[in-house]
Order: sequence, then C-alpha cells, then structure tokens
Amino acid sequence: MTAKPTPSPVAPLPPSLAANPKLSSWINFAEGQVIVSPGKVEIGQGIVTALAQIAADELDVDIARVKMVRTNTVASPNEGVTSGSLSVQHSGRAIRFACAEIRKIFLDAAAERLGVKPDVLTISDGAISGPGNVATSYWELAGDVSLDRDATASAQPKSISQRTLAGSSQQRLDIPDKVFGRPRFIHDSPLPGLLHGRVLRAELAHARLVELDEARARKVDGVVAIVRDGNFVGIVCDTEASAEAAIAALRKGATWSPREALPDEDHLAEWLKRQPVDTAVISDKKATSPVHVARTIKRQYHRPYIAHGSIAPSCAMAQWDGDHVRVWTHSQGVYMLRSDLALVFKLPRENFAVEHMEGAGCYGHNGADDVALDAVLLARAVAGRPVRVQWSRADEMSHAPFGAAMTIEIEVGLDAKGEIVNWRHDIWSNGHTARPGRADQPTLLAASELAKPFPRAIAVDPPAAAGGGSDRNSVPLYDFPSWHVEAHRLKVMPVRASALRTLGAQGNVFAVESFLDELAFERGEDPVAFRLRHLSDPRSIDVIRTAAKRANWKLAKPDGVGHGIGFSRYKNTGAYCAAVAEVEVGEDIRVRKLTLAVDVGEAINPDGVINQIEGGAIQATSWVLKERVRFDTTRITSNSWTEYPILRFSEVPDVEVEVISRPEIDPVGAGEAAHGPVTAAIANAVFDALGVRLRELPITRDRLIAAMELSS
Amino acid sequence: MPTIRFRLNGIETEIDADPDTLLLTALRGQFGLTGAHFGCGAGECGACMVLVDDRALTSCDMPLWSVADKNVTTIEGLGNQQHPHALQRAFIAEQALQCGYCLSGIMMSAAGLLKQNTDPTSAEVKAALDRNLCRCGSHNRMVRAILRAAKELRAAKETRAP
Repeated sequence: MTAKPTPSPVAPLPPSLAANPKLSSWINFAEGQVIVSPGKVEIGQGIVTALAQIAADELDVDIARVKMVRTNTVASPNEGVTSGSLSVQHSGRAIRFACAEIRKIFLDAAAERLGVKPDVLTISDGAISGPGNVATSYWELAGDVSLDRDATASAQPKSISQRTLAGSSQQRLDIPDKVFGRPRFIHDSPLPGLLHGRVLRAELAHARLVELDEARARKVDGVVAIVRDGNFVGIVCDTEASAEAAIAALRKGATWSPREALPDEDHLAEWLKRQPVDTAVISDKKATSPVHVARTIKRQYHRPYIAHGSIAPSCAMAQWDGDHVRVWTHSQGVYMLRSDLALVFKLPRENFAVEHMEGAGCYGHNGADDVALDAVLLARAVAGRPVRVQWSRADEMSHAPFGAAMTIEIEVGLDAKGEIVNWRHDIWSNGHTARPGRADQPTLLAASELAKPFPRAIAVDPPAAAGGGSDRNSVPLYDFPSWHVEAHRLKVMPVRASALRTLGAQGNVFAVESFLDELAFERGEDPVAFRLRHLSDPRSIDVIRTAAKRANWKLAKPDGVGHGIGFSRYKNTGAYCAAVAEVEVGEDIRVRKLTLAVDVGEAINPDGVINQIEGGAIQATSWVLKERVRFDTTRITSNSWTEYPILRFSEVPDVEVEVISRPEIDPVGAGEAAHGPVTAAIANAVFDALGVRLRELPITRDRLIAAMELSS
Repeated sequence: MPTIRFRLNGIETEIDADPDTLLLTALRGQFGLTGAHFGCGAGECGACMVLVDDRALTSCDMPLWSVADKNVTTIEGLGNQQHPHALQRAFIAEQALQCGYCLSGIMMSAAGLLKQNTDPTSAEVKAALDRNLCRCGSHNRMVRAILRAAKELRAAKETRAP
C-alpha cells in the first residue's frame, strides 16, 4: 500500500493563517506586483510597511513591487481588530508563513516548466532562474498556479541570516502621500456625488430629546434630508458648509432633558469602590513555604478617565443601495463593525461591505465605529447617494468612549526583616472594552439613541489569555513568595468607557512600580537594585540594566531635579520596557528626559519600533502631567483642547530609546510597551525630587502643593 | 455673492462666496485642496495651518475676506514629489510622523518659522510649534526634521551666493 505523500508541517499554522487558510486571501500576483492583503489596518503605527517588508523578504521581491490592499470585508482575511500590539505577531507571522509556502509552490511550478530540479533555481526580484539561462517569474507562472488552496505551513520561512529587509529600518510606505498633502485619509477622499451629514448630539450626557423644531434648519440652502429616529437626529446636505449651518440651526431648535447623573468628579476614586461589581480572582499564588507577615502596608492609586483625543474628528462614509450597504471607515476592526451594523439593521452581514481607510491615530476604541453607524443611518434616508459624516471636536471629546478610570489598592505583607512576603492587588474599574462585534447587542452609540433603542453597552474585560483588561499587568512580574490579585468590574457605566491604548496596564504599572519604589526607599535601597534583586527573568533584568546604564543611573541631582525608574513587560507576555525619567520641579513639573530600553524580540523595522516607543513615551507623559476628563453631574465639560489640554511641543521631554535586538525570538508589538513604565518613572522621579509621593493621576502642580501642605 | 481675489499657491484666484466663509471650507470644498485638515474648528490644534503671506495661521477660523489680495500657500503649494521643499525631504528622511494627520499644519507652521528665522535653535522651533498639537508623540522627530531642513536651506543659499 502506498500512501500519497502529504507535506509535513514544519510548525503549527500561525493563528491568523489557521483562521484564514486560503493562500489567495493573503497574496496574489498581478502585473509585476505582489498584492498583499492583510487583515490588520494602518493606524499610524507603520504596520503596512512592516508587513510589506516581511512579504518582500520571503518572496524575494523588491519592496517597491509590494502593493498593500486596504482591509475590507469583501476579500480580506478576518483578523479581528487591530489592537493590543498584536499586528506584527498575528498578521506578520501569517504573511511570513503564507509567503514561504507560496515561494515553494512557485519554485516547484517553475522547475516543472523549465525541466530542472527546484533546488537549482533562485529567485531575484520575482524572476526565477537556473543554470543554462532558464528563467521564468512569479507573474509568468501566476496564470497556471492557483493559490486558492489552504496553507499547510509545509515550507520553512527564511532563517534570520537569509532575511534582507526584515530587521532593517525601512522608510514607511505611507509617508510620501502625507508629506505632500495627497489625499490618504478618509477625511480627504471625496466620492462622486458625495453628500455631507452631521449628527446632533446633546451636551448633556444621556439626554432625551424632548422637542425638536426643524423649521430654521429647513430654511438653510442645500438641505437634502433631516433624519430623526428617537433621540438620534441628523441632517444631510449637499455641501459641508450647508451641513454645518443646518446642524447649528437644528441645535437651536432642540430641547433636551437629562436622564442619568454623572458621578462626582472630585471623589471619583472612592465612587468607583462603592459601585455594584463583578469580582474575579485574577491570580493567586501560594507561598511554597510558610511566611510570617510581621506588618502590612496599604496604598491606594487612581487614574482618571482619559480621552483618546485623536487630532481628527471621527469620520465615515456610507452608501445605501437597495439592500446593499457600502461603508468606508477608519475603524480598527472592519469585520466587527460589520457585525454590529447587521445587528442594528437586522440584515445579514453579507449585505454590508465595510472597507478601511486611514484616519488619524486613534489609540484605541474612539468614535470611529460610532460615526460609521451615523453615516449608514443618514445614507438610508437618501438612498443611493454616498454620505460623509464628520463629528465635531466637542462630540469627539465628550461622546466617544474614554479610557476607564481606575482605583487600585495594594497591600503588601512584610516579614520581620522587612522583606516582601505577600502582595495583594485590587482593582475597581469599568471594563476596558466595549468594542463592536463581540456581543449579541451592538455597542455603537446611535444604537442606544434610536426610537427602539438597544441597551447601552456596559464595558467588559478581555480574557486573561488576551492580556486581560482592567487587570492587565496586575499580576506581579517580581518573584514575591505569594500574591493575590482581584479585579472588581463595575456593572454600571454612567461615563462611557472602552479600549484606550494599554487598557488597564498604565494604571496597574503605575501602582505596582510606585509602591515598589516606596518600599525600596523605606529600606534605603537603590530602586534599580531593589527591582533587580526581585527578578530572575534575564530579559527583564536586561532591559532594566540597559535603561539604567544608558541614563547613567544614578546621576547626582541638583535641587528640584529627580530621577525615577519604571518597568514592565506589557501584558506579562509582550514587549519588555524599562524607563528612566528625569524631572525638574520648579514653577511647574517638567519632564526633561526619558531614557528607555525595549525588547520586542525580532524588531522587523527597528526605526519603526523606536518611533512607537518614543511616541508612547511622549503620550504617556501627556497623560501623567495633564490629562483628566472633566465633568459635572450633567455633562462632560472637557470638550475642547482648552478644557482638555495635552502636552505641547515646548513641554515634550528628550527621549532616548535603546532597542535590545533578539532576532531569534518571535516579534511582539511595541505600541503599548512604554506607557506604564513611563508613568511610574515620572511619578517616582517627582518623589525623588521633592520627597512627596502622589498616588493620583494626573500629577499636577496643584496636587503637588496640596500634598506638600498635607505632609508638612 | 461678492468676488474675493487672492493668490493661492502662486496662482491668481477668485471665488464668488460669502466673505464670512471660512478659508479652510473654501480650500477643501471649492478648491479641492484637502492637504489642510479640519481638527477642531476653533484654531486650537493647528491641523489646518496655511501660510498667509509669510505667516502660518489657522484657516479653520479665518474668514475669506481677510485673505483678499494676499498670498495663501497650502501644503500642496509648498512642494511636490518632483520638486519637494526642504521640509518635505527632511520629514521623509527623519520619518517624522506616525499617523500624520497633524503633519501638513505642522509643516506649514515650520515653513512660517523658517521665513522669519533661517537658523532657529531647537527651543525656538518648539516655541514656534506650540500652536500645533500632535497626539502620536512624534514631536522630537519633527523638531529634528525642521532643524535639518533649516540647515539644508542655509547651505543652498550659501551655494547660490556669489
């Protein structure tokens, strides 16, 4: 009996490839180009370039031949949402394995056509050649080779030394368009016959529309339709200027009444602890030998709601044609948005074709998905014509979801020698995601505003396997003998919260690393040495040592200057990052310098990694020194850049980044690694400068003065 | 509707419009120039900056009447792929952005600075850019790109000088 030889897999299929095994859904060849179709989207993180590098490397083509397709629900692989610093991990691995296999399939086909053995053939920029000047190419063979077959992972991707592009800094493919002002963003991409929509949203939170006088708005030139469905009100006009004028007129005719009060902003930390919650034990480690707790110390930390604050207001376009709806969106998950749209309109998912276009950096779940539903609701009223909807700055800052506020309590048990023997960490917070496409109810804003409303979604936490949500980075990375970690997720959500970059990690790392610093200080130990003696993982030790060395830890400090360190491994499974902050406290608190070390395993585009870490470090500095969503009991009040200031150029610290290169280790993302360590490093540096410890974010001059008065 | 005349990216231009129409609305609407971006509509973020004569100003809160007979330059008029401005070359060389939505405003802000100060210090660049917001944290790369462009422009000027 002869068995048909089956290719033996060299490795299990990467998850994204297992979920979308058809090779042609990832890669196609046409007219001298390699068409790469990823399921992850560009959000300013450079993913499109990193993925093009990987494809060009595995296939042996010039990167200039790689054409990256925008993710869409018609043809792209479904890779869920672009989040959690997983794009290189997921899409990158899938494309690497798919391309390795495709390269082998083409080599076999070339060998057959040329009458030679595949192992004598070489590929150079897509041209396949062998001894005796025999030659063909991907494009010559493409008509005969079908990629409509499932991946088997039967070809080994190239070894590190064989790669020429991955691992080297490449210029990003999207940058020339942006530098020359060519249309690239969804905001700048007019469709033929495009109409312009605006949606009326109350300043009051959770408001009910009592009365709407449309008379004034109807008089505005260019009004095509006014749409009202319950508390949802929108307008469609033939120009953007008309739409602005009409929505302003409509606003004057609207009377709203408040329904649900917002919490007391001044006592938010305690408010979070008083709400109904679902409690989950995140981790419980029992000591292997009996420990004796001689005394305990308890500290409480807090971070406020933080706005995504994209520089562009959310924008979408939609066209409703018969039963078929096209949607253009800067959502991070086109398939997930499609699922929620199907739920809202009670239509099959296949009726919606959702296509990604670039927006401004979103840093999580902002208004991108909400505005897409707005656009579809308005497009339905002007059947056949595309409608573009853009939010106002005020709506962006008050109706888009925020990063959830958190209260964190840590109680440490010390033995008679003052060594840490027990560690208890409790978190009170809303869940950290209410993204669309994950539940049987839509989470899109307008869905809760319709005459037949869907319930307002209460945010949940992703499972631990995905890095958790409010509990992200709450399990100690240090070798404490025992610990217990619990998350208390709020079952009410008066302030709308969903995924913001790092989810709960920024708050948890701030708490853990602040407390460690305090314990080191109490023992008279150097904070770097104290951390190192509680760590055994060599990569953790390496990033801390590297950052400390690069920052010349620990410099002598003049009056008013302080240094602090912070460390974490993002999600406990992702990138390692350590940060050293130098702050100066005078009239104001100024972060002068941040020095970071990062280990992402293989850095596909090292300059891209540095860019992400540097950007994360600066954004975290802004969160720490400035940012706090403000509200009274009826409405969000921080609805402009004046009311919600962020870090400005003259306030930005110098940032140095050292990448520890480990090409032999599978890559992980860099986009969220810096926030936690930088937050803690700044807080610790402020303590080093003044001897005052602030446990509530943001760390402002007013809070510092209040704390100093309290301690004196 | 009255006619308003000005020079747009070096070309004599006229538009029949309500004089209170905002410059950004006209640029992105009637003129189809979408390089200047809407960010806040209140002159607070700088994403919509253009040069009016030699000064970088926000166009989202600027009525059309105020640019009558003036020179308006947008990112599209700064340079193009064939003839890039030194700033455009430098931003590519330094890979000085992440999402890039704020970028055209920041480059026009920098262009305005370099008209007035050909040899700015890092602190002067930062001070000039304080009217522009960047959310991705690309600030330091942008400052480096602007200093690089300034250097290139000075070198070019010296080469041209007799």
